[in-house]
Amino acid sequence: MSFEYTIPYDAIVIGASAGGLDALGIFLPMLDERLPVPVLIVQHISASSDSFIITYFDRLCKLRVKEAEEKEILKAGHVYFAPPDYHLLVESDKSISLSNEEKVNYSRPSIDVLFETASWAFGNKLIGIILTGANWDGASGCELIRKSGGMVIVQDPKTASIARMPESVIERFKPDYVLPLQEIGPLINSIFFPTPTQ
Amino acid sequence: MVVQELDSEILPLDPEAIEMSLLFEGIYQRYGYDFRDYGKAHAKRRIMHRLAISGINSVSELQHKVLYDETFFHQLLQDLSINTTEMFRDPDFFLSIREQVIPVLKTYPFIKIWHAGCSSGEEVYSMAILLKEEGLLNRTQIYATDFNPAVLQKAKEAIYPVNLMKDYTRNYIKSGGKNSFSEYYNARYDSAIMKNILKENIVFADHNLVTDSVFGEMNLIMCRNTLIYFNKSLQDKVVGLFRDSLVSGGFLCLGSKESITFSPHNIYFEPVVAKHKIFRLKY
Repeated sequence: MSFEYTIPYDAIVIGASAGGLDALGIFLPMLDERLPVPVLIVQHISASSDSFIITYFDRLCKLRVKEAEEKEILKAGHVYFAPPDYHLLVESDKSISLSNEEKVNYSRPSIDVLFETASWAFGNKLIGIILTGANWDGASGCELIRKSGGMVIVQDPKTASIARMPESVIERFKPDYVLPLQEIGPLINSIFFPTPTQ
Repeated sequence: MVVQELDSEILPLDPEAIEMSLLFEGIYQRYGYDFRDYGKAHAKRRIMHRLAISGINSVSELQHKVLYDETFFHQLLQDLSINTTEMFRDPDFFLSIREQVIPVLKTYPFIKIWHAGCSSGEEVYSMAILLKEEGLLNRTQIYATDFNPAVLQKAKEAIYPVNLMKDYTRNYIKSGGKNSFSEYYNARYDSAIMKNILKENIVFADHNLVTDSVFGEMNLIMCRNTLIYFNKSLQDKVVGLFRDSLVSGGFLCLGSKESITFSPHNIYFEPVVAKHKIFRLKY
């Protein structure tokens, strides 16, 4: 069976902090291997960490997982993690920039930096997701995504190992979806594959 | 009269993108600082930040102020200049320098090092300490350059917050440091002042990688985490500038996420320690 439809969004950005590795470990493997868009992730992590999480998630996921590289062009079906100690930015030509300018919200990489620049690049074709975490990084970025017409999904604070980060988004505005972790993956898949494709 | 229509494909659709490009064109024409080929997302973030805190409504309004108010321009220059740095940042990199590069430098009677984009000087003094411990400092000339006069002044003064010295000491030890780090500075109140012996062979100079030209016959060029702020074509141009400034067999040291692999100049270099982005100009 074949049919044509317009891909409703062009990219997904995800922010996670304390408890995020476990949450991503549940969420990322749920994503359909045919996902037609790139996924960019800022997970707060120590500046001196090695590339362990890349290897770990690449093994775990159906999608290709890699560390974001400078000037790389984003590809559909690829998951890009911000490197430790660098901010991850998206350029309007859909390529990646890295920066080691000062911390934002005490964080480098910062979720707000990714969400803000991705929102400039993708406008209303962007989905932003905030998972568990202990600070408010990403809240202002989510607000910009929303103002630009994109979709904001927040992990239900009741189900997050640390509720602060999802809460800080909800305090600012009502996100499009507030969902338990297990339901976010299926929602993403249903957005890109609206009908059963057996 | 025929007005030729531009191909809409090549027009930037976003009016803010147009404003941004006019702003940088204006800054270049008025002050000579060239940000036209900087990464756009980065530059836009810095400009938006300045807009937000100065209560200016649009980039066009900001452009007007920049063109007529030199003090305001210098404020913006600080916004656009990145000064994240520390002593012995990435200790493993400095360990590689000590183990892989110093033995080669020791074979030269006189050594010239260019530290391009030296910011407030932390890495320059790190290098001076390393060279001193390896017995090379007295036959080395270090040129430390930056386009930002404010940070260059800080680099010359070599006064750093004393509370950072604990972290720097840890980095120093990890980088293979041979002495006690506290031997290299005097602490007074809240400040640590680097000792004069480290400064004797350093020349600090104003140099802009984007608009200025080749710099001497260098044995080693350090330029870490500057190229990531440039677009592809400017990166290529600056790597070319480094190539022209190095002697055959000279070393080029870049930041941990920077690369010359995609540059047309890549064929002239060979990796020495690929992981730490230490390259060597082929003979």
